[in-house]
Amino acid sequence: MFADLPIDDFRQAIHDWLRENFPPGLRGCRAPTNGHEPPVGPPGEFELWKERCADAGFGTPTWPIEYGGAGLDQARADILAEEMAQAGAFNPIVGLGAMMLGPTLLEFGTEEQKRIHLPPIARGELMWCQGFSEPGAGSDLAALRMRCEDMGDHFLLNGQKIWTSYAHHSDWCFAIARTSTEQKQGGITFLLVDMKSPGLDVRPIQLINGISHFCETFFNDVKVPKENLVGEVNRGWTVAKRLLQHERTGLSSLRSANAKTYDLASIARRYCELSPDGTLADTDLRQRLADHLLSEQAYALTLQRRSAEEEAGLNPTTPVSTLKNLGSQVGLRLGELAIEILGNRSLGWEGDGYTDEELELTSLWLHSKCYSIYGGTYEIQNNITAQRELGLPKS
Amino acid sequence: MTDHAFVPNDEQSMLRDAARGWVRDRAPISALRKLRTENLETGFDPALFGEMVEMGWTGILVPEDDGGFGFGHASIGLIAEELGRNLVASPLISSAVAATDALVLCGNPDQKSEWLPRLLSGEIHAAIALEEAIAHNPSGVALRARLDGNSWVLDGRKQPVFDYGEAGLVIVAARTSGEPGDRDGITLFLCPRDAAGTSATRLTQVDSRGAWALVFDGCRLDAGCVLGEIDKGLPALETVLDRARAVLAAEMIGSTTQAFETTVEYLKTRVQFDQPIGAFQALQHRAAELLGEIELARSAVWAALAAIDAGDADVPRYTSLAKALAGKAFRRTAQEMVQLHGGIGMTDEHDSGLYLKRAHVADMTFGNVSFHRDRFAKLAGI
Repeated sequence: MFADLPIDDFRQAIHDWLRENFPPGLRGCRAPTNGHEPPVGPPGEFELWKERCADAGFGTPTWPIEYGGAGLDQARADILAEEMAQAGAFNPIVGLGAMMLGPTLLEFGTEEQKRIHLPPIARGELMWCQGFSEPGAGSDLAALRMRCEDMGDHFLLNGQKIWTSYAHHSDWCFAIARTSTEQKQGGITFLLVDMKSPGLDVRPIQLINGISHFCETFFNDVKVPKENLVGEVNRGWTVAKRLLQHERTGLSSLRSANAKTYDLASIARRYCELSPDGTLADTDLRQRLADHLLSEQAYALTLQRRSAEEEAGLNPTTPVSTLKNLGSQVGLRLGELAIEILGNRSLGWEGDGYTDEELELTSLWLHSKCYSIYGGTYEIQNNITAQRELGLPKS
Repeated sequence: MTDHAFVPNDEQSMLRDAARGWVRDRAPISALRKLRTENLETGFDPALFGEMVEMGWTGILVPEDDGGFGFGHASIGLIAEELGRNLVASPLISSAVAATDALVLCGNPDQKSEWLPRLLSGEIHAAIALEEAIAHNPSGVALRARLDGNSWVLDGRKQPVFDYGEAGLVIVAARTSGEPGDRDGITLFLCPRDAAGTSATRLTQVDSRGAWALVFDGCRLDAGCVLGEIDKGLPALETVLDRARAVLAAEMIGSTTQAFETTVEYLKTRVQFDQPIGAFQALQHRAAELLGEIELARSAVWAALAAIDAGDADVPRYTSLAKALAGKAFRRTAQEMVQLHGGIGMTDEHDSGLYLKRAHVADMTFGNVSFHRDRFAKLAGI
């Protein structure tokens, strides 16, 4: 068992395991971020890698072995991630199930829920979506209105969710709904919903970058079995808040993993005029790019600091809400600088007149606008930092 | 960067806790006001520095073989952070970091045995004479040193020289060949206090700490005063500067943290329109954004200190990251401290002004934000 090895032996064992199991054709491929992208690398290799990781529990390394994890502590999980990065490998098991629902079920789920739902997540077999936001409940999430009635042997859902990422490709949905109107936060219940349930209707929404990750999801007399209740009736807000914490941490570290694949300094050297001394001739752009690179590196160090503090059992000095905003700002600035650096080469939408990299960066610029909106807007994160972390009074 | 960078070990935690208690009990911010009023020749309170020496802080970077503790820069960085909280004035960074590192890195056995024990015991402290021009620029050294028989003759001017007051030793960067701006031709000298041909003028600085203008007029030093290699002093000087920059950045993070906490406390207690002003969202968001900027700088500072102790090849990049971000965070926080305190923040009676003035001097010391942003950018290939 990997989990029982002393740290140094563990590192060597992981090193050896990766050499034997990671398909070399996948080396350096961009890691998937949501589980809905087409497989990367030579045909069949991604599937093979996913299966091998799932067999070892390495997709969700800190989960207990009986639920499909590898039972590793955080220190060993970090070593696994380091060794993977070293080998040019990546974690093929991604998505909201692995990032958000899994850790939440481990804390709040019943034994039966864990046994049924965690292993397929850990193997990357079933994909989950998140039924939280509604047309009238965005930043003020607890204002949600989707009705959940107790019908004795089941719950009945009626209402609408929006911004449900990948709902059209998902097998299951974790959702919050209103079981009581007496209290705002104290009238919310957390449920697991099978996307094949009759009465569920999904419509994709096209975004500004032309892509449809997000959906509207309509619930019309959707039946949910009683055993799919997580926690207690009217206590779902507590479960949802914890899940949102996992979301904020997950999103900010995901983004740092993404951002690293764009080396703006080298892109600038290829696209921009250079002075005889090798620096960028446009000194205004150079200064703003340098400011961005400073923040980007300090942000990566701050993520590392937070995980080091957690691992050492210390109170993290940087709140998750602060991290989320730092990450979104770095991501937004990356997009803005990328199109500025590309100049006229950044004007393309699709087709042959532009390289793949150029189209990708322009699309990233548009996509990056969502960083400061999803998972709780920039403004909501600032409220959380100010009120919960700094103790400033509510107005 | 390893995780050790971000979590202090037991020895470091002990040093930090001791420093925190001492700063709280012995070095309140009123000590800086007293220093300003009394205008001491030293530019710092010798009694307080004596207590630092007793706690062993001057020996932290001295190797064990030379009678010190050999603890490393993360350790003295944690102490500097605590000193920064109350803007404690002392020659610790000039003497126990910059001069000590210069001797440890470049000194021959005679020089080490002559000076290190005296710095360690607090019998003397040392200053660094580097700056000459408007902007920090280590390769721009112009002060001349020429060989005359067996001795070197120094002519030129250095300003500002921090902590020169009653210093027993000054480490001088001088040009022994080439022209200002050349990377070759810079040599470091150990200049004892009693060297003839030097004269000093006390400068009164905004941060109330001690700084001097130093004139070298035919100052004669014997050949044994050359520290390190002749004409090849710049790389060593840059290594020493990076270490001092990282520790100074740690001090700046301590000052910034204190300025931030004082300001947040004020937002909770100052009532206008029948509510604490901290209930207003415009001010809440400014506080939240400030916290983010401070935490970025803190990560960079700890990473730089750890990189130095690990002998990392990327020390220059980490140090410039730390000094640039600490300079930005300190300046912005001090500015917000004044603004969010309103009228009272403009008064001399309130501490806001002391933080604002220190932010300016600390940023300018060993290279300001734009110096380090430019250096970081060059290292990143742009």
